[in-house]
Amino acid sequence: MAQYILKKILFLIPTMFLVTLIVFSVMRMVPGDPVELILRDVQNPELAERLREEMGLNKHIVLQYFDWLGRVFTLDLGTSLHNGQPVIGTMFSHFLVSLQVVSISIVLASLLALIGGTLAAWQQNRSLDVLTVMFSITCMSVPSFWLGIAFILLFGVGLQWLPTVGYVSPTEDFLESIQFLILPVAALAITEMGGILRMVRSTTIDVLRQEYITHARAKGLSEMTVLFRHALKNTAAPVLTLIGFAFGTLLGGAAVIETVFTLPGIGRLLVTSIYNRDYAMVQGIMLLISFTYIFINLIVDLLYPVFDPRVKL
Amino acid sequence: MIAAITRKGKSPLRLNALIGGFGFASLILFSLLVMVFSPYDPIETDFLNRFSGPSAAHWFGTDEYGRDLMTRIAHGAFVSLRVSALAILLAMLIGAVIGLPSGYFGGWLDKTLMVIVEAIMAFPGLLLVLGIMTALGPNEAGVIIALGISYSPPIARVLRGTVFSLREKEFVESSRLIGNNELTTILRHILPNCISPLTVIATSIFTAALLSETALSFLGLGVPPPAPSWGGMLADSRIFLSLNAWMGILPGLAISVALLSVNLIGDALRDTFDPQMRNL
Repeated sequence: MAQYILKKILFLIPTMFLVTLIVFSVMRMVPGDPVELILRDVQNPELAERLREEMGLNKHIVLQYFDWLGRVFTLDLGTSLHNGQPVIGTMFSHFLVSLQVVSISIVLASLLALIGGTLAAWQQNRSLDVLTVMFSITCMSVPSFWLGIAFILLFGVGLQWLPTVGYVSPTEDFLESIQFLILPVAALAITEMGGILRMVRSTTIDVLRQEYITHARAKGLSEMTVLFRHALKNTAAPVLTLIGFAFGTLLGGAAVIETVFTLPGIGRLLVTSIYNRDYAMVQGIMLLISFTYIFINLIVDLLYPVFDPRVKL
Repeated sequence: MIAAITRKGKSPLRLNALIGGFGFASLILFSLLVMVFSPYDPIETDFLNRFSGPSAAHWFGTDEYGRDLMTRIAHGAFVSLRVSALAILLAMLIGAVIGLPSGYFGGWLDKTLMVIVEAIMAFPGLLLVLGIMTALGPNEAGVIIALGISYSPPIARVLRGTVFSLREKEFVESSRLIGNNELTTILRHILPNCISPLTVIATSIFTAALLSETALSFLGLGVPPPAPSWGGMLADSRIFLSLNAWMGILPGLAISVALLSVNLIGDALRDTFDPQMRNL
């Protein structure tokens, strides 16, 4: 087991290295001189030269990359060009907000999809199944930001049941924070559920054809035991990969739903940093999200053998 | 109705393709008709008629600048579809440049290229697109390049897999034996056999690209205003929802009709070309 984990982690090193290289290169492709950006309209060649020296911009580009990589290793991602605060602190407080919204949405979407998909597969080609398939393809065709706007119209502007804009931290006021989270979480969970639901259904259809299911039924176990004890365990492994992927997609696209509901998350921070041309911040956020995603995929890989013992360690 | 057809043992496939094709065709036809016959300009402002609801003069109402929503949605269709289609073409090109040699030659080249693909895929969702947009700035070419790069990995992987299974086949061997060089063998004999898996993956990525394009314009990082774009129209609507709710409903409906149609067509294509994936 330890060897399996070690092998998986070692395989990640070249990918992570390339990720840093991509992030660094993309930011270097930005037209214009970073020093001029910091100084904005101040015309001071001496100061500009000194800043350039301090930031290491006079060195060879390869050396600049390794300097930067060295700082990344020590978690020094620089200071925001916009407000002068350290990137890492600002980033993490926003990241927690996104993580909260995305995690709750994914857990909800997965739970509903696992139950709905299993039942649909059990009822294959009956009305429940057809409805499930139609529902899932509709979910996949609705953009989360539009569903969010529709929710704001219905529950905020129309019925006035829920607050539509803003965020309250759960440590501040738990009940109020839930009210602010219901609509964004619902919008994300519904739109992300479609794909998982489809996958659960099709995997379960295959699983239900296998002999051990017939055996379980022949033993006289109830249908629900067969479905949710025996079949679900085998469905879980491939579905887990998709759930990991969905988690990443939501985190990488968090900007969209955070813009709809004005949540102070990492996606919103990324977009405002792009507007402000705050490259240190953009760089930091790209690294943080992609490393989180690589980490999630590692967890999925490590959980795989737990659900599917046929996967050799 | 779908249930009845399924139970008879026929797959709902043709019906899906029919509904999808009909939806897509109606969207295109609607947009063309509006573009030809609408008396309004998608960009010109008319401050006397701001936020008017649906009326005989403006069937879908008007936005915060008094522009006709129906005209803007119709023009927006071509912006979104053009950007997504060009992005997919670019993604196919990049995917082919990576995937074909990777599958054909194997070895260290394959390993290196696949690590690059892994690294691109390590940026989930819109992340890489947003990063590239930072460098390229919000303009149509920038969106196409950013989406094209971000969506190339799945295409590269599918092509690599297909080429890998083809390269030991007799017709490939024969092509080599009659003295064709590697490039001719790949382009003339292997590539044509990759068309069906390529079509399937390209269609499914098309919906993803369309969704991303609208999301980018929604974030104000797509095709810049005042050009009409579905995402941009939804972004504008957020502030004015209480003044004209139609602004927030209709562009989204257009996006969903487009996505649903392409999803249905994609399903049908996949079932036709790839019977193993049926049920999915």
